Amino acid sequence: MRIYITSVLVDDQAKALDFYTEKLGFIVKHDIPMGDHRWLTVVSKEAPEGTELLLEPSEHPAAGPFKSALVNDGIPAASFKVDDLNKEFERLRQLGVAFTVQPMDAGPVRMAVLDDTCGNLIQLIEMVAAS
Amino acid sequence: MLFGVDDDQLDNVFKALGDPIRRRILDRLAKRPGQSLFEICAASFAEDGRSLSRQTISQHLDMLERAGLVQTHWSGRTKMHTVDNAPLRKAAAAWLNKHLKKGSAT
Repeated sequence: MRIYITSVLVDDQAKALDFYTEKLGFIVKHDIPMGDHRWLTVVSKEAPEGTELLLEPSEHPAAGPFKSALVNDGIPAASFKVDDLNKEFERLRQLGVAFTVQPMDAGPVRMAVLDDTCGNLIQLIEMVAAS
Repeated sequence: MLFGVDDDQLDNVFKALGDPIRRRILDRLAKRPGQSLFEICAASFAEDGRSLSRQTISQHLDMLERAGLVQTHWSGRTKMHTVDNAPLRKAAAAWLNKHLKKGSAT
Protein backbone atom coordinates (compact mmCIF):
# COMPACT_ATOMS: atom_id res chain seq x y z
CA MET A 1 0.00 0.00 0.00
CA ARG A 2 1.31 3.45 -0.89
CA ILE A 3 0.18 7.02 -0.35
CA TYR A 4 -0.31 8.37 -3.88
CA ILE A 5 -2.38 11.45 -3.10
CA THR A 6 -3.24 13.89 -0.37
CA SER A 7 -5.50 16.91 -0.53
CA VAL A 8 -6.11 20.47 0.52
CA LEU A 9 -9.66 21.83 0.61
CA VAL A 10 -9.68 24.95 -1.56
CA ASP A 11 -12.33 27.67 -1.77
CA ASP A 12 -11.88 28.09 -5.52
CA GLN A 13 -10.16 25.57 -7.80
CA ALA A 14 -9.16 28.06 -10.50
CA LYS A 15 -7.62 30.40 -7.96
CA ALA A 16 -5.93 27.47 -6.24
CA LEU A 17 -4.48 26.29 -9.55
CA ASP A 18 -2.91 29.73 -10.06
CA PHE A 19 -1.49 29.85 -6.55
CA TYR A 20 -0.13 26.32 -6.42
CA THR A 21 1.46 26.53 -9.88
CA GLU A 22 2.37 30.22 -10.40
CA LYS A 23 3.45 30.95 -6.82
CA LEU A 24 4.47 27.66 -5.22
CA GLY A 25 5.77 26.27 -8.52
CA PHE A 26 4.02 22.90 -8.69
CA ILE A 27 2.93 21.44 -12.03
CA VAL A 28 -0.45 20.05 -13.06
CA LYS A 29 -0.67 16.28 -13.13
CA HIS A 30 -4.38 15.73 -13.77
CA ASP A 31 -7.11 18.17 -14.70
CA ILE A 32 -10.28 16.25 -15.42
CA PRO A 33 -13.71 17.93 -15.59
CA MET A 34 -16.14 16.36 -13.11
CA GLY A 35 -19.52 18.09 -13.18
CA ASP A 36 -19.26 21.45 -11.44
CA HIS A 37 -15.70 20.78 -10.38
CA ARG A 38 -12.47 19.22 -11.60
CA TRP A 39 -10.25 16.35 -10.51
CA LEU A 40 -7.31 18.66 -10.22
CA THR A 41 -3.96 17.44 -8.95
CA VAL A 42 -0.49 18.96 -8.89
CA VAL A 43 2.95 17.49 -8.26
CA SER A 44 6.37 18.85 -7.44
CA LYS A 45 8.69 19.58 -10.37
CA GLU A 46 11.36 17.86 -8.30
CA ALA A 47 9.27 14.67 -8.08
CA PRO A 48 6.76 14.50 -10.96
CA GLU A 49 6.08 10.84 -10.18
CA GLY A 50 5.74 11.54 -6.48
CA THR A 51 2.70 12.04 -4.27
CA GLU A 52 -0.01 14.16 -5.87
CA LEU A 53 -1.78 17.02 -4.16
CA LEU A 54 -5.50 17.15 -4.89
CA LEU A 55 -6.92 20.67 -4.96
CA GLU A 56 -10.27 19.58 -3.64
CA PRO A 57 -13.35 21.85 -3.58
CA SER A 58 -14.29 22.75 -0.01
CA GLU A 59 -18.01 22.67 -0.68
CA HIS A 60 -19.03 20.31 2.14
CA PRO A 61 -20.83 22.36 4.85
CA ALA A 62 -18.35 21.15 7.47
CA ALA A 63 -15.33 22.26 5.44
CA GLY A 64 -15.79 26.01 6.06
CA PRO A 65 -15.95 25.89 9.88
CA PHE A 66 -13.13 23.32 9.98
CA LYS A 67 -10.84 25.43 7.80
CA SER A 68 -11.65 28.63 9.69
CA ALA A 69 -10.90 27.05 13.05
CA LEU A 70 -7.48 25.88 11.81
CA VAL A 71 -6.62 29.28 10.33
CA ASN A 72 -7.72 31.10 13.53
CA ASP A 73 -5.19 29.11 15.52
CA GLY A 74 -2.56 29.38 12.79
CA ILE A 75 -2.54 25.64 12.11
CA PRO A 76 -1.36 24.52 8.65
CA ALA A 77 -3.51 22.24 6.49
CA ALA A 78 -0.48 20.77 4.71
CA SER A 79 3.29 20.79 4.94
CA PHE A 80 5.83 20.90 2.11
CA LYS A 81 9.56 20.33 2.30
CA VAL A 82 12.13 22.71 0.83
CA ASP A 83 15.93 22.55 0.59
CA ASP A 84 16.56 26.18 1.54
CA LEU A 85 13.81 27.82 3.56
CA ASN A 86 15.26 31.33 3.60
CA LYS A 87 15.68 31.32 -0.17
CA GLU A 88 12.15 30.00 -0.72
CA PHE A 89 10.74 32.52 1.78
CA GLU A 90 12.40 35.40 -0.10
CA ARG A 91 11.25 34.10 -3.48
CA LEU A 92 7.63 33.74 -2.33
CA ARG A 93 7.59 37.06 -0.53
CA GLN A 94 8.71 38.78 -3.72
CA LEU A 95 5.74 37.12 -5.42
CA GLY A 96 3.44 38.71 -2.85
CA VAL A 97 2.76 35.58 -0.78
CA ALA A 98 1.68 36.38 2.81
CA PHE A 99 3.32 34.54 5.70
CA THR A 100 1.77 34.08 9.16
CA VAL A 101 5.02 32.66 10.54
CA GLN A 102 8.39 33.96 9.34
CA PRO A 103 11.18 31.40 9.10
CA MET A 104 11.98 30.14 12.61
CA ASP A 105 13.86 27.31 14.25
CA ALA A 106 11.65 24.50 15.51
CA GLY A 107 13.89 21.77 16.86
CA PRO A 108 15.15 19.51 14.06
CA VAL A 109 13.56 21.69 11.39
CA ARG A 110 13.23 25.29 10.31
CA MET A 111 9.71 26.26 9.39
CA ALA A 112 7.53 29.04 8.05
CA VAL A 113 3.80 29.24 7.41
CA LEU A 114 2.10 30.92 4.46
CA ASP A 115 -1.45 31.71 3.38
CA ASP A 116 -2.58 29.88 0.20
CA THR A 117 -5.34 32.49 -0.44
CA CYS A 118 -7.81 29.60 -0.75
CA GLY A 119 -8.63 29.26 2.94
CA ASN A 120 -5.57 27.34 4.15
CA LEU A 121 -2.27 27.87 5.85
CA ILE A 122 0.65 25.89 4.44
CA GLN A 123 3.78 24.98 6.35
CA LEU A 124 7.18 24.94 4.69
CA ILE A 125 9.94 23.03 6.41
CA GLU A 126 13.65 22.57 5.93
CA MET A 127 15.28 19.64 7.71
CA VAL A 128 18.33 20.94 9.54
CA ALA A 129 19.35 18.20 11.94
CA ALA A 130 20.71 14.91 10.70
CA SER A 131 18.00 12.44 11.61
CA MET B 1 -8.16 49.98 45.20
CA LEU B 2 -4.60 51.24 44.83
CA PHE B 3 -3.20 52.73 41.61
CA GLY B 4 -6.32 51.62 39.76
CA VAL B 5 -5.78 47.92 40.55
CA ASP B 6 -8.09 45.87 42.72
CA ASP B 7 -7.22 42.64 44.52
CA ASP B 8 -8.86 40.50 41.83
CA GLN B 9 -6.66 42.02 39.16
CA LEU B 10 -3.56 41.57 41.32
CA ASP B 11 -4.59 37.94 41.94
CA ASN B 12 -4.96 37.37 38.22
CA VAL B 13 -1.54 38.82 37.44
CA PHE B 14 0.32 36.92 40.16
CA LYS B 15 -1.54 33.68 39.45
CA ALA B 16 -0.72 34.05 35.77
CA LEU B 17 2.96 34.54 36.64
CA GLY B 18 2.93 31.62 39.06
CA ASP B 19 3.66 28.98 36.46
CA PRO B 20 6.89 28.31 34.58
CA ILE B 21 5.14 27.46 31.32
CA ARG B 22 3.24 30.76 31.34
CA ARG B 23 6.40 32.69 32.19
CA ARG B 24 8.19 31.02 29.27
CA ILE B 25 5.30 31.92 26.97
CA LEU B 26 5.59 35.56 28.08
CA ASP B 27 9.37 35.50 27.57
CA ARG B 28 8.97 34.21 24.04
CA LEU B 29 6.14 36.58 23.14
CA ALA B 30 8.23 39.49 24.42
CA LYS B 31 11.08 38.44 22.13
CA ARG B 32 8.80 37.85 19.16
CA PRO B 33 5.47 39.69 19.35
CA GLY B 34 2.49 38.59 17.28
CA GLN B 35 2.45 34.78 17.39
CA SER B 36 -0.35 32.37 16.54
CA LEU B 37 -1.24 29.46 18.80
CA PHE B 38 0.52 27.17 16.33
CA GLU B 39 3.75 29.18 16.48
CA ILE B 40 3.67 29.31 20.28
CA CYS B 41 3.24 25.51 20.39
CA ALA B 42 6.04 24.97 17.87
CA ALA B 43 8.43 27.25 19.77
CA SER B 44 7.49 25.66 23.07
CA PHE B 45 8.28 22.22 21.68
CA ALA B 46 11.50 23.34 20.00
CA GLU B 47 12.92 25.27 22.93
CA ASP B 48 11.67 23.32 25.93
CA GLY B 49 11.93 19.93 24.31
CA ARG B 50 8.60 18.85 25.69
CA SER B 51 5.43 18.49 23.79
CA LEU B 52 2.48 20.18 25.45
CA SER B 53 -0.91 19.72 23.87
CA ARG B 54 -2.39 22.61 21.95
CA GLN B 55 -5.27 22.59 24.43
CA THR B 56 -2.91 22.98 27.38
CA ILE B 57 -1.12 25.93 25.79
CA SER B 58 -4.47 27.41 24.83
CA GLN B 59 -5.57 27.26 28.49
CA HIS B 60 -2.36 28.93 29.63
CA LEU B 61 -2.93 31.69 27.06
CA ASP B 62 -6.48 32.16 28.37
CA MET B 63 -5.12 32.77 31.87
CA LEU B 64 -2.55 35.23 30.57
CA GLU B 65 -5.28 36.99 28.60
CA ARG B 66 -7.56 37.19 31.64
CA ALA B 67 -4.74 38.83 33.56
CA GLY B 68 -4.31 41.29 30.70
CA LEU B 69 -0.70 40.17 30.19
CA VAL B 70 -1.44 38.93 26.68
CA GLN B 71 -3.44 40.85 24.12
CA THR B 72 -4.75 39.39 20.90
CA HIS B 73 -5.30 40.88 17.48
CA TRP B 74 -6.19 39.45 14.09
CA SER B 75 -3.70 39.19 11.26
CA GLY B 76 -5.96 38.30 8.38
CA ARG B 77 -8.02 35.49 9.88
CA THR B 78 -5.32 34.29 12.27
CA LYS B 79 -5.38 35.28 15.94
CA MET B 80 -2.05 36.67 17.08
CA HIS B 81 -0.82 37.04 20.67
CA THR B 82 1.31 39.88 22.03
CA VAL B 83 2.59 40.76 25.51
CA ASP B 84 1.11 43.75 27.33
CA ASN B 85 3.27 44.93 30.23
CA ALA B 86 0.71 47.42 31.59
CA PRO B 87 -0.70 44.98 34.21
CA LEU B 88 2.87 44.22 35.36
CA ARG B 89 3.58 47.90 35.84
CA LYS B 90 0.32 48.34 37.72
CA ALA B 91 1.06 45.34 39.94
CA ALA B 92 4.52 46.72 40.64
CA ALA B 93 3.15 50.16 41.48
CA ALA B 94 0.31 48.80 43.61
CA TRP B 95 2.16 46.18 45.58
CA LEU B 96 5.68 45.08 44.66
CA ASN B 97 7.41 48.45 44.78
CA LYS B 98 6.39 49.34 48.31
CA HIS B 99 8.20 46.25 49.61
CA LEU B 100 11.17 46.77 47.35
CA LYS B 101 11.56 50.33 48.62
CA LYS B 102 11.36 49.29 52.28
CA GLY B 103 13.80 46.47 51.78
CA SER B 104 16.17 48.38 49.51
CA ALA B 105 19.00 47.87 51.99
CA THR B 106 18.94 44.09 51.42
